[in-house]
Amino acid sequence: MADAILQLRGLTKRFGGLTAVDRVDLDVRPGEVVGLLGDNGAGKSTLIKMVSGVYQPDEGQIFFQGREVRMASPMNALELGIETLYQDLALAENLNVYSNIFLGRERTRRFLGMIPVLDHAVMHDESSKVLKRLEIEIPSLRNLIKNLSGGQRQAVAIGRSIYWNAKLLIMDEPTAALGVQEQRKVLDLVRLLRSQNIPIIIISHQMYDIFSVTDRLVVMRRGKKVAERITKETNTDEVVGLITGAEEVEKNGAPAAPSASS
Amino acid sequence: MPETTLGRGSTPTLAAAGRRLGARWAGRNWPVLFLLLEVAVFAAAGTRFLSLENLQNILVACLPILLLGMGETFVIITGGIDLSVGFVMGFATVICAKAMVLLQAAGLPPGASIPLAALICLAVGAVPGLVNGTLVARLRVPPFLATFGMYGIAYGVSEIVSENTPISGLPHAAGVLGNDYILYVLPGRFTTFFARPQNLDVRDMRSMLSILPTIVIAVVLFVAAFAFILRRTRFGQHTYAIGGSIDAATRAGINVPRHLTATYIISSCFASLSGIMYVLKYVTGRADAGSARMLDSVVAVVIGGASLYGGTGSVKGTIIGSLIIATLETGMVNLGVPSHNRYIAIGLILVLAVLIDQFFPDLIGRGE
Repeated sequence: MADAILQLRGLTKRFGGLTAVDRVDLDVRPGEVVGLLGDNGAGKSTLIKMVSGVYQPDEGQIFFQGREVRMASPMNALELGIETLYQDLALAENLNVYSNIFLGRERTRRFLGMIPVLDHAVMHDESSKVLKRLEIEIPSLRNLIKNLSGGQRQAVAIGRSIYWNAKLLIMDEPTAALGVQEQRKVLDLVRLLRSQNIPIIIISHQMYDIFSVTDRLVVMRRGKKVAERITKETNTDEVVGLITGAEEVEKNGAPAAPSASS
Repeated sequence: MPETTLGRGSTPTLAAAGRRLGARWAGRNWPVLFLLLEVAVFAAAGTRFLSLENLQNILVACLPILLLGMGETFVIITGGIDLSVGFVMGFATVICAKAMVLLQAAGLPPGASIPLAALICLAVGAVPGLVNGTLVARLRVPPFLATFGMYGIAYGVSEIVSENTPISGLPHAAGVLGNDYILYVLPGRFTTFFARPQNLDVRDMRSMLSILPTIVIAVVLFVAAFAFILRRTRFGQHTYAIGGSIDAATRAGINVPRHLTATYIISSCFASLSGIMYVLKYVTGRADAGSARMLDSVVAVVIGGASLYGGTGSVKGTIIGSLIIATLETGMVNLGVPSHNRYIAIGLILVLAVLIDQFFPDLIGRGE
């Protein structure tokens, strides 16, 4: 088994008197899809925001590709190759598809040999390539985002992170607010990325999503990691029990124990 | 291109498709149609409305609206608004005129004092923008309030600097520069560039054609440069992106506070440029020089297809919007309609444009 690309050790975040994330350990390996579960307020989002550089941990360490990293801002995370897809996708609806893929990192060419201007042709073609690689079909890359469906927007956001060589992709509720058909497409996309060896962390409330695409599950409750399961070796009932706390956990307290199988 | 289906059900015929395309074109370009309608009405009602002289008057009347509107275009695209432009323009006229008077008193020839005063004016004129930008971008003051505060401050400071009286005693050359034309033609007799012919008799003066005011050309150059920046460069793209989604722009690594600050500085520098043009044209500086122009500039930008919610707008649209207002203004003067009526007309146009934005959002936007 390959070494973990991401290792969290004793990660802790407090907001005033509230400990939102309490000494969490987590490993993610190349080509692995990890599901992060928990009720509202369990600390999933806070944990993810520390990995994507939005929050800075109060205690604990983050190792990325074997080295300890400290991220002062989301830009640091992006530079490392940690791409996060938020629920709201963060697309500029008034811009077209390829402009969003290249937003903030636009390609330019020299106009009259001196003035850098946007190079629409290159951005269009490069975007078209990456979307093709992800088997995403969008009628025209000149379409404005506001004229696309929810699934197409999700696909554009994923395409953007992949184009910029994501070494780790974090997806926050990727199928929320999508129709059934589109949910399936997004899940297919997750499987495709996995086959291309890109590690993914998925936060989701949808049991079906979690069970259909993840390799491993991590359950959080009140800021603590309460369980970790190989997806194939558990079932919905047990997971729901773990999330709600109905099922007291016997395997608890074995942080980051590398799973025996898989 | 958004697909707007206007007809439905029936078999699409070529004629129907043509009508639909025509309707869509008319919808998207209603400002152009409105402008043409305006010109037609005034041409029919007034006398000599379509004369060369009057058309050039429209261009000159358009200048301050367009200049303030240019900066306002950048700000409105980001989702903000700059209410201070009118009084920043007044502030700039005072600074520019005062600088000319002082530099002249210091013994500088007009060839040095005029450009130097203009540069000083632009530099000082950037300050209100820097303050607005800092308030909005870094201290999270709503643009409406931050720039409304500057509206009062700029006016008060201008009154102090000008000691409540229009500034006089400027170099004579300033007025020549501001009222010159590129070309003077007396058909069959002569053609001169830049210099107004001297010693003509009254009849020749009357029939001489003065073509293209010099300041119009100067303004066109600035407008073209910033139209290019907005449409073709990363800076322009980021301006639209911030208006579309501040979150998206931030997460894409755009330095949003810095960009917003730059946008408000552009706005107050355009207001200052408008102030410089005013000084050259009227050879004075006064605190209230641009007081009526803030409304005009916002209306021009909104007629031009910018949404006050941010994310859309174009220089092309702002130019059309400015021409609509300038034509209205000139046409009303031409017909001898009292000037207070123009405020009513412009206010009505603004409300109309905002209603169109509200209820038919597909009709506006920058055509890709």
